[in-house]
Amino acid sequence: MKLHDLRDILQCEVLTEGDDLTVEVQNVVASDGMSEILAFAKSKELMITGLTNIQAIRTADIAGVSAVIFCRGKRPDTRVIEFAKKKKIPILATKMVMFDICAILYNKGLKGVS
Amino acid sequence: MTAELMRERYEIQGGNFDTAGEISGEIKVILRDLGIDAANLRRVVVVAFEAEMNLVMYARRGTLTFILTDSDVKLEIQDEGPGIPDLELAFQEGYTTASDEMRELGFGFGMGLPNMKKNSDELKIETEVGKGTSVFARIRLDAHE
Repeated sequence: MKLHDLRDILQCEVLTEGDDLTVEVQNVVASDGMSEILAFAKSKELMITGLTNIQAIRTADIAGVSAVIFCRGKRPDTRVIEFAKKKKIPILATKMVMFDICAILYNKGLKGVS
Repeated sequence: MTAELMRERYEIQGGNFDTAGEISGEIKVILRDLGIDAANLRRVVVVAFEAEMNLVMYARRGTLTFILTDSDVKLEIQDEGPGIPDLELAFQEGYTTASDEMRELGFGFGMGLPNMKKNSDELKIETEVGKGTSVFARIRLDAHE
């Protein structure tokens, strides 16, 4: 599924304008625990988290994920958004909760990583 | 005899959560620019990042030394900190001594050391309670799954 499809399905706002939303994602890592993201992400997953500090983006960079979706209506501050732009990691925000996001994406054929 | 291609030493300040992880990000850029294979690169930076976060969370100060040879990456992380009283316990997935502040940052769920072990080919930890901890990790750059 492409990032722009995810944006529409999950009613996301794109926080890093100008990013390439044609990126394809097939696997998902979802957690508020950054070591858990690092333990399971292999490469190019979609990362879903409620953690909006700079460490979330540092973790996304280290884990090599394709994009980050912030759930539960949480939004990072401007500095975090700028850092994500610098690292070329698209970030999106939705009001949906993590459980619902995961359920929707699972039904659309996306898979978790274990 | 393996040839040492690069050696960098970074100072890390404990308690500075704002910049925590920055050095691992720099190492990632260095290795990526050198064309290191993505899977190996990932292993190196996960080990570096977890070690860096642990240092920032628990120690007063420390250093991270990054050594690149033609066959591996070695990471040496040395800190002045509380030390680890029970290493075996610390390696158990889920075991943590993290504070609420650390958890709010998304860390301290008891996966840091297991992650470091999983991504290293060799991992050695020397620790002394009240003095500090030294971590030596080696990640091979050849022959991985």
